[in-house]
Amino acid sequence: MASGELTSGAYIKHHLQNLTYGKFPDGHWGFAESALEAKEMGFMAFHVDTLGFSFILGALFLFFFARAAKRASIDAPSGFQNFVESIIDFIDENVRGSFSGKNPMVAPLALTTFIWIVLMNTMDLVPVDWLPSLAVVLGIDFLKVVPTTDPNATFGMSIGIFILILYYSIKEKGLGGFVGELTLHPFGKWMLPFNFFLEGVNLLAKPVSLALRLFGNMYAGEMIFILIALLPFWIQWSLSLPWAIFHILIVLLQAFIFMTLVIVYMDMAHQKEH
Amino acid sequence: MNINLTLIGQTIMFAMFVLFCMKFVWPPLVEAMAARKKAIEDGLKAAELGKEEHALAQKNAEDLIESTKTQAAEIIANADKQANVMIDKAKGTASEEADKIKAHAKSELDQEVVKARNELKNQVSTLVMQGVNSVLEKEVDSKAHKDMLSKLSQSL
Repeated sequence: MASGELTSGAYIKHHLQNLTYGKFPDGHWGFAESALEAKEMGFMAFHVDTLGFSFILGALFLFFFARAAKRASIDAPSGFQNFVESIIDFIDENVRGSFSGKNPMVAPLALTTFIWIVLMNTMDLVPVDWLPSLAVVLGIDFLKVVPTTDPNATFGMSIGIFILILYYSIKEKGLGGFVGELTLHPFGKWMLPFNFFLEGVNLLAKPVSLALRLFGNMYAGEMIFILIALLPFWIQWSLSLPWAIFHILIVLLQAFIFMTLVIVYMDMAHQKEH
Repeated sequence: MNINLTLIGQTIMFAMFVLFCMKFVWPPLVEAMAARKKAIEDGLKAAELGKEEHALAQKNAEDLIESTKTQAAEIIANADKQANVMIDKAKGTASEEADKIKAHAKSELDQEVVKARNELKNQVSTLVMQGVNSVLEKEVDSKAHKDMLSKLSQSL
């Protein structure tokens, strides 16, 4: 809600600023009062809102799914149990379709990425001013509600995926096999540096593209919601409603793409023959 | 939009979530679903088997009923035959008995007739003898004509 003194630019910037807790240049730790202060903290800072919301959402997901798992029995499922099982079926089908190796970790990994990202993205559908305004009332200056509009969150996930890619590539192919795959393709050993450059870019592009794709989509969506919120309140619904409806598709689609790519990358890491 | 320690925090959080999911969420759900799938498959198979058994039992029952029916019909036919035989036999015995009784009666009657005739004959011959005696008292020697008279009475 842009109050009288606030300009549009300030409003947008306010909405795009994370609640940052970090080490000030003078050495003491505390919450940043402005975007500039947050920037000065550099790497030694936490986005409390991103961490908090993503943790709450992930914990919610695991709590409900673990409860469903505990109650799972051979009898006919009902209600939420049914919903959970249809998701499990959906993930299982995707993993079976794309992942040819044998690894009990891939399906839970896919499930976690999918549901967690769906939940984090869904925060985008909460009207942009509700939670930040509530936070201001509670004395918190900045609050960015959607964790996936923070590159820290998306890169955090993709780095996890990258570590898994490296781990399983070396485990399944052996260190020699993995290095060979990086250096001896596609042009044979006489073009080794060129091969390494190509394959290195290929390898690094996986986590970067994963993170940036999700971040870019969600950030752009959020930005449009913020821009719509700048309009007079009586006309906002005419744009925010269609955009929100369209955004539901993006929310699910981005989560699905992320999950599918994770499965595919895991499959590539497990493949012995290149 | 600064990259900072949040990155590492998110990575650790992600790893923990995945581990939790892998330990407590995925396996029990998948196991329960697989078990249910198996139970349903078994149930369907059992139902199919039961259906076949039912059809077989029905067929057996029908066969049994059919054979019982024919048996019953045979028994009834046999009983009929036997009854007829018995009736015929009874009829035969009865008529035999009747014949016997008839023959007996007839012979008795014949004897009575013969007896009566003989008596009549004797009486007639005595009467004749008396008549003749009274008529021919003097001329006929009763002793001489007695043979002739008895012959006469015999031929009557």
